[in-house]
Amino acid sequence: MGNAALDPGALSVKNHAMLAYIIKRIVQSVIVLLVVGLVAFAMFRFVGDPIDNILGQERTQADIERLRVELGLDQPFVVQYWNFLARAAQGDLGVSYRQSRPVVEILLERAPATLELAAVSGAMAIIFGIMLGIFTAIRRDGFAANTIMTISLIGVSLPTFLIGVLLIYFFSVGMQFTLFGQTISTDLGLPSFGRGETVKIGGWSTGFLTESGLKALILPAITLGLYQMTLIMRLVRSEMLEVLRQDYIRFARARGLRERAVNFRHALKNTLVPVITITGLQLGSIIAFAIITETVFQWPGVGLLFINSIQTVDIPVMAAYLMLISVMFVAINLVVDLLYFAIDPRLRVDRTARGH
Amino acid sequence: MADTGLNTPISKMTAKSGRGAAFWNSDLVYSFRRSPVAIISTLVTVILVLTAILAPLIAPHNPFDPSTLNLMNGFSQPMQPNAFTGETFWLGTDGQGRDIFSTILYGMRISLFVASLAVLFAMVLGVTLGLIAGYVGGWVDTIIMRIADVQLTFPSILIAMLISGIARGFTPVQYRDEVAIWVLIIAIGLSDWVQFARVVRGTTLIEKNKEYVQAARMIGRSRGAIMLWHILPNVLNPVLVIATISFALAIIAEATLSFLGVGAPPTEPSLGTLINTGRDFLLSGEWWILLFPALTLLALALSVNLLGDWLRDALNPRLR
Repeated sequence: MGNAALDPGALSVKNHAMLAYIIKRIVQSVIVLLVVGLVAFAMFRFVGDPIDNILGQERTQADIERLRVELGLDQPFVVQYWNFLARAAQGDLGVSYRQSRPVVEILLERAPATLELAAVSGAMAIIFGIMLGIFTAIRRDGFAANTIMTISLIGVSLPTFLIGVLLIYFFSVGMQFTLFGQTISTDLGLPSFGRGETVKIGGWSTGFLTESGLKALILPAITLGLYQMTLIMRLVRSEMLEVLRQDYIRFARARGLRERAVNFRHALKNTLVPVITITGLQLGSIIAFAIITETVFQWPGVGLLFINSIQTVDIPVMAAYLMLISVMFVAINLVVDLLYFAIDPRLRVDRTARGH
Repeated sequence: MADTGLNTPISKMTAKSGRGAAFWNSDLVYSFRRSPVAIISTLVTVILVLTAILAPLIAPHNPFDPSTLNLMNGFSQPMQPNAFTGETFWLGTDGQGRDIFSTILYGMRISLFVASLAVLFAMVLGVTLGLIAGYVGGWVDTIIMRIADVQLTFPSILIAMLISGIARGFTPVQYRDEVAIWVLIIAIGLSDWVQFARVVRGTTLIEKNKEYVQAARMIGRSRGAIMLWHILPNVLNPVLVIATISFALAIIAEATLSFLGVGAPPTEPSLGTLINTGRDFLLSGEWWILLFPALTLLALALSVNLLGDWLRDALNPRLR
């Protein structure tokens, strides 16, 4: 940026390129959202008959006509689609076929459970992932590091639901075995389903404030975070190894800097760009994989709601979940892309150069 | 083959001649013989696939034939004679007296059937669309790759769930179990074609400017014939790698969907369905109903995954 301040021409070119890039990405994101909205609308409109689904067996022709006008089904497709989007933007996502309540209300009620779970497992994945990644990179040929790498390979191949089920088996039910004449159980008394007690603060029900709530969080959070953790760990490790091989690290060592300063101040800093990108993108998949974890642990979040809606073909809930999660994914992708652009100065220079 | 390879000194093998030698000494086989991980995972995969295919011959019971079941055998512990009938089951039985070992073999059959057809479907779809996008170009390319981009924004398991949900919506309730397996295949296949399409498109873009394609065009071969007979054979290497990795992912996706209750129905239980059933018994102490299907799935997924990893490294000279 120092250079840019000296040369006003370069600054404006750089800003134009950046602005063009940002606008292009935002337009792309809006198109993706419109397509997803179309899919969601088509689901609502064409999968089963909405009138059949809302009205029960006892109905008159007058009821059907009234509802047809009420739902706007008598209007052209494009108008219906537009109205659907407009309503969605205002927070009206229709009424659940099964629960006969507004979908938004159900989603808001379920959201805290999913968000708390995702936050805890995300934080766990990032903290332990980076720590283990650094460790396995620095002690590359050590026994502990090799063991961790082998276990992580299994962790990557294990399906999420299997991790959850096995955790329940070991730490909630307890496996019993005899060692030196003593029966040992691995049972830690951790709950295997539900959120435990929750405290309501405003519209938000939190499990963070009660003991049973915190206990209930442990196994689901590990289940959800383990895969992301191994992913981050392997990424940090390979990036770290790549960086440690470079000349400036060798020179830093030659200058007599302490090992810790070299590893953390010089090496780690430069590995973080790809790590931030991938971690950001993984945030989205934490939300998606929460579906599986929530089903395993009967965690009353949005994901369990979605699976139930698939089983019972509750289309408005499916459509709403689809739109909700796409807004989240698209937003995350956009932010990560822009962040990437902001963090790595080389990308900015490249783009400016290509712009000419 | 692997055995002889390990016991024979290298010098002897390189001295081999004839048609077999070219295969034996090829890069791929050489790298295979030198990788214990590849050999073991191939062995495990082959054994599991064979036992699944030969399930009717190997399985001591047919879990789908109620006449071979004895309710008295219910909840037998593994390796211990049943308290009432005195029969012993290797891996125990479930509540209806079904032999767990047999249900695993039959379940694996369904898992592998779904996974392989799903990958085949994804491969045919992805390779076709990739070839067309790469060779024809223009707006066709734009449309295909935009769809691929949108789909890539979401995790494939989510797409598969969604497709399965939509398909359920279109199927009348009484037919849902009957078509469940095919819905599953289509859902997993549709969620997985993008990888194939992207790689094939990329390779096609390079291949289509080469001289042999120009020559084919000169002698007046049609677009379809050029894509099918000239470009396709040259883009198959990466497709093979992606297919192996996709196969591991498809096994996991199938198990996950079945576990969540939106995949294989209880009437045709796959490994995922078995694990889902087993979970209900876990809390009451019948651990074997869950643990053995889970370990089978783990072995299957892990070995196919490792095989895919090895194949990717072996076929990609840049990584070697």
